[in-house]
Amino acid sequence: MTDLPEDVILSVEDLQTHFVFRGFVARSVEGVTFSLTRGKTAAIVGESGSGKSVTSLSIMRLLSSPGQIAGGRILYRARDGRVLDLARLSAREMRRIRGREIAMIFQEPMTSLNPLFTVGDQIGEMITLHQPVGRAEARRQVIELLDLVEIPAAATRLDDYPHQMSGGMRQRVMIALALACRPSLLIADEPTTALDVTVQAQILDLLRRLQSELGMSILFITHNLGVVAEIAHDVVVMYAGRVVEQASVRTLFAHQKHPYTKGLLASTPNPGRDLAGSERQRLTPIPGTVPSITALPPGCVFEPRCGYAIPECRAGRPPLFPAGPDHFSRCIRHEIM
Amino acid sequence: MAAVASSPAAYGGASFLGLLVRRKTVLFGAIILIVVVAAALLSPWIAPYAPAKLSLANRLKPPSAQHLFGTDDFGRDVFSRVIVAGRTSLTVGFSVVIVSTVLGVILGLLAGFFRRLDGPIARVIDAMMAFPDILLAISLVAALGPSASNVILALGIVYAPRLARIIRASTLVIRELPYVEAARALGVSTPRIMANHVLRNLASPILVQGTFIFANAMLAEAGLSFLGVGVAPSTPTWGTMISQGRQFMDSAGWIMMFPGLAVVLSVLSLQLVGDGLRDMLDPRLSKDL
Repeated sequence: MTDLPEDVILSVEDLQTHFVFRGFVARSVEGVTFSLTRGKTAAIVGESGSGKSVTSLSIMRLLSSPGQIAGGRILYRARDGRVLDLARLSAREMRRIRGREIAMIFQEPMTSLNPLFTVGDQIGEMITLHQPVGRAEARRQVIELLDLVEIPAAATRLDDYPHQMSGGMRQRVMIALALACRPSLLIADEPTTALDVTVQAQILDLLRRLQSELGMSILFITHNLGVVAEIAHDVVVMYAGRVVEQASVRTLFAHQKHPYTKGLLASTPNPGRDLAGSERQRLTPIPGTVPSITALPPGCVFEPRCGYAIPECRAGRPPLFPAGPDHFSRCIRHEIM
Repeated sequence: MAAVASSPAAYGGASFLGLLVRRKTVLFGAIILIVVVAAALLSPWIAPYAPAKLSLANRLKPPSAQHLFGTDDFGRDVFSRVIVAGRTSLTVGFSVVIVSTVLGVILGLLAGFFRRLDGPIARVIDAMMAFPDILLAISLVAALGPSASNVILALGIVYAPRLARIIRASTLVIRELPYVEAARALGVSTPRIMANHVLRNLASPILVQGTFIFANAMLAEAGLSFLGVGVAPSTPTWGTMISQGRQFMDSAGWIMMFPGLAVVLSVLSLQLVGDGLRDMLDPRLSKDL
């Protein structure tokens, strides 16, 4: 279990997460493999239903029934140097990991805080839960955390209730909550989706700054390629529960080796590019819709929507092909991309 | 009511005073409730006669200046007995609320939180609610033996399913809320989530149901005592007084009329206050959840 390179904090290997319901098996995550380097940010990109959130919930072991991890390993290097397989950890051990080693922030800052407690109480609860400190010391740490996430007048804002704060403020509080125990890994599941674009940029700046100050690794789940370009070092593109392409952020934006990634980029608005070019570019949507996870096409799962498809694509599920240094693509025609 | 809910002050007692002023029926209920409770609590000092003092010369006297509510067939002062009996009746009612709340909260939380327990607990709750309250209470007291504590236990068991059902339903909603998931993601344990996040949110439905159970329990205790399976007949309660007074319904109606009136007024006031509490707390709930 120690076959994890020293600089890798998280390595997901062939993860399979299934939802079993009345005999039907929905393979929401099928053979996902990627790793996250210590102190870096990896982004998982994909549209709704691609399995990106299920992957993050699998890592946190927060799947609600009937979801279950059906196979694969989730290797995590704990602070004490041990390598743990999170997929096989007992519920008790897992609870000790959550918050202390791996923390998670969610999409909805408006509803992710309990409306009945002040934000100071909620962050304080997290501190006293994981550390043996008294009330006064906890309060001091809360102020420190609120300062860290750049909430002005932290010493007075900690007595506010969540409804007295704006969405961006609440997401900052959520981040403070997640950072309360200085986790080594932060999983951020679309943390900026519900926010204004300007607030979004501030939150991304904050996360970047916190990463460099605290040296924590971030697993960032998003459907927004603009956000990926801002924050990620490595990118994992998911489609219908599978990794379709994997590369560093520069490589991915420069040369996509999978038609789905190409399609995603072509359908993303880019005002800079559109204005600089002589002709106005139209956004090109990807035709069709994501196939239902219970009725996948026989060969490559993207084949029915793919402009590059050839008959061989229907022959079988393609493996991940190496398409360059640290670049992988699940397309049999990756060479011509 | 929305205006009340939107201010943070809605959490405190100040807005309940505001509600009292605006809703005259709630004010009326609160005043009666305070008078009844005060009379029962202060009964040793304000009762003009000892409740068990016999006076055969004064048998079956109608209400007068000496005996405000008249006297019964042993010449005991009905007014003194009504306020002393109030102690027992209110104590029984309050204890039943405590017992049924504890049972109901435990059952409801377990059923709402653990899917595997949900089926069995929900079936038991349904089965218990299918029985008429008083019938179930009679059989339980018959099995346990008639005494004040057994009446409390029996009625507590009878009313627990109502609360359990409400708690279960609300728990099912709250456990799926993002902030509960967020707490779980940050390593908070299930018992702690139950106590801090779920139970805190359930405070108002529990409070409101508590007032209704209080009223029903007092009524049921009176019924049980009336039927002879309640508190021992030597202890005056409103129910036993009504029961003993019914032989003289035609000749001395006041013997059962005044304890009956006490039951009616207490139950009415509790229901009115409960209604008021619900109106005050509900908009906040619907707004936050």
